[in-house]
Parts: sequence; C-alpha cells; structure tokens
Amino acid sequence: MQRMSKKLLLKNANVPGIRQYDVYRREGGYVGVEKALKMQPEAIVEEVKKSGLRGRGGAGFPTGMKWSFLAKPEGVPRYLVCNADESEPGTFKDRYLMEFIPHLLIEGMIIASYALGSNNSYIYIRGEYDWVADILQEAIAEAKQNGWLGKNIQGSGFDCEMYVQRGAGAYICGEETALLESLEGKRGNPRIKPPFPAIKGLWGCPTVVNNVETIAAVVPIINEGGEAYAQIGVGKSTGTKLISACGNINKPGVYEIDMTISVEEFIYSDEYCGGIPNGKRLKACIPGGSSVPILPANLLLTTAKGEKRMMNYESLSDGGFASGSMMGSGGFIVLDEDQCIVRHTYTLARFYRHESCGQCSPCREGTGWMEKILLNIEKGKGKISDIDLLWDIQRKIEGNTICPLGDAAAWPVAAAIRHFRDEFEWHVNNPDKCLTENYGLRHYADAIHVPA
Amino acid sequence: MITFSKDKLDQVAEIISHYPEGKQKSALLPVLHIAQNEFGGWLDVPVMDYVASLLKLEPIEVYEVASFYSMYNLKPVGKHVFEVCQTGPCMLNGSDDIIDYIKQKLNIGVGETTTDGLFTLKTVECLGACGYAPMMQLGKTYREHLTKEKVDAIVEECTQISLTP
Ligand SMILES: Cc1cc2nc3c(=O)[nH]c(=O)nc-3n(C[C@H](O)[C@H](O)[C@H](O)COP(=O)(O)O)c2cc1C
Ligand code: SF4
Ligand code: FES
Repeated sequence: MQRMSKKLLLKNANVPGIRQYDVYRREGGYVGVEKALKMQPEAIVEEVKKSGLRGRGGAGFPTGMKWSFLAKPEGVPRYLVCNADESEPGTFKDRYLMEFIPHLLIEGMIIASYALGSNNSYIYIRGEYDWVADILQEAIAEAKQNGWLGKNIQGSGFDCEMYVQRGAGAYICGEETALLESLEGKRGNPRIKPPFPAIKGLWGCPTVVNNVETIAAVVPIINEGGEAYAQIGVGKSTGTKLISACGNINKPGVYEIDMTISVEEFIYSDEYCGGIPNGKRLKACIPGGSSVPILPANLLLTTAKGEKRMMNYESLSDGGFASGSMMGSGGFIVLDEDQCIVRHTYTLARFYRHESCGQCSPCREGTGWMEKILLNIEKGKGKISDIDLLWDIQRKIEGNTICPLGDAAAWPVAAAIRHFRDEFEWHVNNPDKCLTENYGLRHYADAIHVPA
Repeated sequence: MITFSKDKLDQVAEIISHYPEGKQKSALLPVLHIAQNEFGGWLDVPVMDYVASLLKLEPIEVYEVASFYSMYNLKPVGKHVFEVCQTGPCMLNGSDDIIDYIKQKLNIGVGETTTDGLFTLKTVECLGACGYAPMMQLGKTYREHLTKEKVDAIVEECTQISLTP
C-alpha cells in the first residue's frame, strides 16, 4: 500500500481550466465513479467506514457510520443532500472547493448517491454564493452531457439526477433539519430530533445530509481505498482537512493540511498563514469557526499539559472546554495583539442573535440579551455584575434548546469570559480609556506553568 | 397585472420539475429569487401573492418564508445595494472603517437609500469571504479586499451603469 500524497482535494485546484469537464477528466476525474459503479453499494459504504472519514461540516461524525444508518424501506425514495450552506463565521472552504474544482463535488455526489441509492440528489447552497451555484450548474450539465448523470449511468443501471438549490440568507439553514425544511420551501426552523433525517428527512423520506468537503473526500477514498486514506493523519483524524484561515495573518486563504502539523507551524510557516502582519504578536485564535471556544495564544500553541498543540480533532479539543477548543468547521480566525476580545465577542453575539430562528426562548431571548450586555461593556457602560450575568445567561442557553445553535451562541461568550475575564473587567473599570485604547496582549502569550 | 415573461415561466416549470409530484412548494425560495429580480429588487405583497398562485400555495406560506430569509427585501431598495459584512473576521480587517466611509460618501445611514434612489447601504453577517475581508456583496458578485479607493471606484462604476440607458 502506497502512502498517499498530502493533497487529496486541492491537488489539481490550480491546474488551468480545471473547472471545465475536459480538463478535470484529463487529470483523472470521474475515474472514481467508474470504479464505484463496478462495486456493490455496500462495499462503498465499507470503504468509507474504513477510511475513518469524519464529517467536515463541524460535528465530525463518522461518515461511514452515518451512511449505514440510512433506512431502506421498500418502495420509498432515499435522498442525498449536500450541505453547501457554509455560513459559520471564519469558514469559506466549501466555496473555494466548489468555485475552483466543482467537478470534484459532483463526482463525490455521484459516488455517494450510488452508494446510498439516491436517484435525485440536491446541493443546497447558501443564496449569496449565486455565481458559485452557476458554476455548479454548469458542471452538472457537463457531467450529464458526458454520461455521468441521467438514466442508466455508464450502463450501470443506476439513474441519478442532481439539482442545485439556493438558500436565501439564513445561517440556521446549515443545521441539517432546518436545511431540509428550507429545501421543502419553508422557514428554516430546525426540527426536533428524533426522528433523525436517516429515518425521516426530505419530504419524510430517509435522507443523508453531508458537507461539501465530506462528499468530495469520498472521491480519493474510492480511488485509493479506505485504508490508504486512513494512513494519512493521526488517530481518529484521518485524511486531509481544508482549513480556511483569516483574521490577522499574512496569507489568508484555504489550505489543505494533513492533520500532523502543529498549530504554530500552521500560523507561522510560509506554506500556510505566513505569520502575523507588521511583526505583531499573536493574542488569540478561534481555530474552528465562530462557534468553537476562543483560546489565548499560550493555550493555543501548547496544551495545558505542556504539549505542542496539533491541527487535528483530538489535539485541538485537548483539555476540553477548560483549556481546549475544537476543530469545528475548520474556520481558523487569528487575532493579533491589538485586537479587542470584547468587541470581537460582541460581533459574534450579534451574529447569533441575528441568526436565531426564534423557536426556543433561551436562544431567542438569550442571544439578544448577551448582545446588549456585550455592547455595553465594549462601550464602557458595563458593570462588573454584567460579566457574571453574561456567564449565567450562556449557561442557561447551553443544552436547553432544540438545535445546537443555542450552544454555538453560548460557547464563544463562555470561552471569552473564561480566558479573558481581566480584559472584560478592564473595560468596566476604564470606561473612558476603553474607547480609545485596547487592553493589548498582556499575559496572554506567557508560558503556562505546567504542574509536574 | 403582475406576471412573469414566458421565459421566466419556463424557468419556474423547470425548477418545479426538480421535485417529486406535488412538492412544488420546494420551488418557493428559487422562485422568490426570480420574482425579486424581475420586479424591482423587492417583494411587494402583490408579487408574493402572484408567486403563491403560481405554486398553488396560500399567500401566508409565501409571506412567512419571505420574511424569514435575509436576502428577500420586503421594502423598496436602491438600484445598487451595498451589503457590507460586519462580522468578527471582517471587523478584524477594518470593516467598521469601510462602513463609516460609505456612510459618509453616500451621506446615508445603514438601512437607508440615497435620495436619487441609486444606492442602499446594508450591513450583513458573514458571507463566507472572511479571508478576503473587508468585503461586500453587490448584486450577484462579491467585492473583496475593500479599500476606500475601491469603494470610490465601485460607486463610480454603479453611477456609470445607471447613466447608460
Ligand atoms: C447552526 C448550525 C449551522 C450549521 N451550518 C453548517 C454548514 O453551513 N455546513 C455544514 O456542512 N454543516 C453545518 N452544520 C452541521 C449540520 O447540521 C450537519 O451536521 C452536517 O451538514 C453534516 O454533514 P457532515 O457529517 O458531512 O459534516 C451546522 C449545524 C448547526 C447547528
Ligand atoms: S436553538 Fe435557536 S436557532 Fe436552534 S431551534 Fe432554538 S431558537 Fe432556533
Ligand atoms: S466575516 Fe465577513 S465574510 Fe465572513
């Protein structure tokens, strides 16, 4: 068994013309479909299980397992729906993949549709990615012209149609059941689970919802085999991961990493983020999209146990919420020493208030309340008791809502207070100064004492 | 009377064909996008009622959807809508300054339209372009890595478009 190259998804993203079918095919495209159609659908699910692939949409649920849960009642259609809603602040990797190498997603969709028995599959894309939807539609048309979609694909007896559906501006539609509601032409109100989509999904039929990157990763898994894929990375972080890096870095963009590099290398090496502009120092980072806990520089680069923190699922969450964070969606947001944690947290609270669907009172009321208090503190109008109040509110949201947006709104506030409480207090105690100055780096990059 | 052109009606029929028999409600979001484009950039009540009749829905089913999603405008907007992202990652890269600059340049506040009806300024939340911040959406396109100079050029570009008949 050969060790696979590090780049599996974006390896050809820079080949001129790769957006077009002919070039994609010349570079080895659709070989995965040819191979898959000669396999039994169950054998494909097995390969995906072996690969250890975990959902790239944020939750990291094993994809092979999810596929094997899909109910298969006689005479009832099953659906594959690709989640291209991508709206978590800091996350823009799916857009890159779809924009530059759309056929990779289409190829993955065909393989997954065949494996799951979906004859009509949908790509639900956020409405603002209007031109990306056009690119996908173009790619689907090309695939169809060349016999990879439609009736009896390549003589296999398998029929498959694929459609792109645009949303219309709602982060909550990235939550899988809200997405299905939206695809049915309704408001994006998440459904109560169970039943899970695998049993009752789109139009009440068994449905698998997967992220863009997850589905694209099926292509190299089928091409090279699940075991070869599982060889890349470490532990349960197999394969490669797309990271969208932004904030205060020299080279913002989308990077494909195998999950063996350290966070420090990712930020400072020229291959990736290229360090922080103007020689400034690192203050904090949200490593996995706005919903995951923010970490100060010291805990970001080293775990509380004093180990180098790595860019993988296990290492990023090492220490739990007390001293760790999460891989999440791979939205990597870097804050330099001149950034204000209170202001940044306020923008996130505003985001969640704006995006709450309003079904559950803890989320609907709590997000608005947190936003107001944070704005007060940011503007030097807060009280010390407000910090405790914020803590209380987020505690009351977490775990008490229909969908995880409530938790997603609570965690960033909790982590900001947990690690940066003194910055919040400084705002309260310096109501004038905080309008013109920032708290700065202070002790946030100091080495942490590790108990022997 | 409000009605789509033959061309658009064909497009609607094509969209409905994406779904199983009887599930034409699924076409609601795409059809509202078309309607907003066709009828002046916003969804007036008669437009929504028309969409309801096209898809055999109750008008309320259309209103509740139109009011849920941020891309649908329920009030008239200017010819060119600047939708500037203000969420964390964009803020880290100066989106607040860009918003202030646009306000000053166009002499309007957020949510307002210039008196000549040419420009509307909106602030929006993360558009999935955080690495190319600051940024805004303008119609179908994203304008990224914004600077004051770029804003000047965009305003000029839009003004030119509006001058050419
Ligand atoms: C508020 C919220 C927003 C979400 N947004 C997205 C999204 O934009 N894209 C995505 O793939 N998953 C998103 N998810 C996760 C989905 O619910 C779902 O877990 C995922 O699409 C499953 O695909 P995966 O297993 O391939 O990751 C979101 C979840 C929540 C709670
Ligand atoms: S947690 Fe928030 S977004 Fe999720 S269902 Fe409840 S109100 Fe809606
Ligand atoms: S924060 Fe502005 S595009 Fe993501």
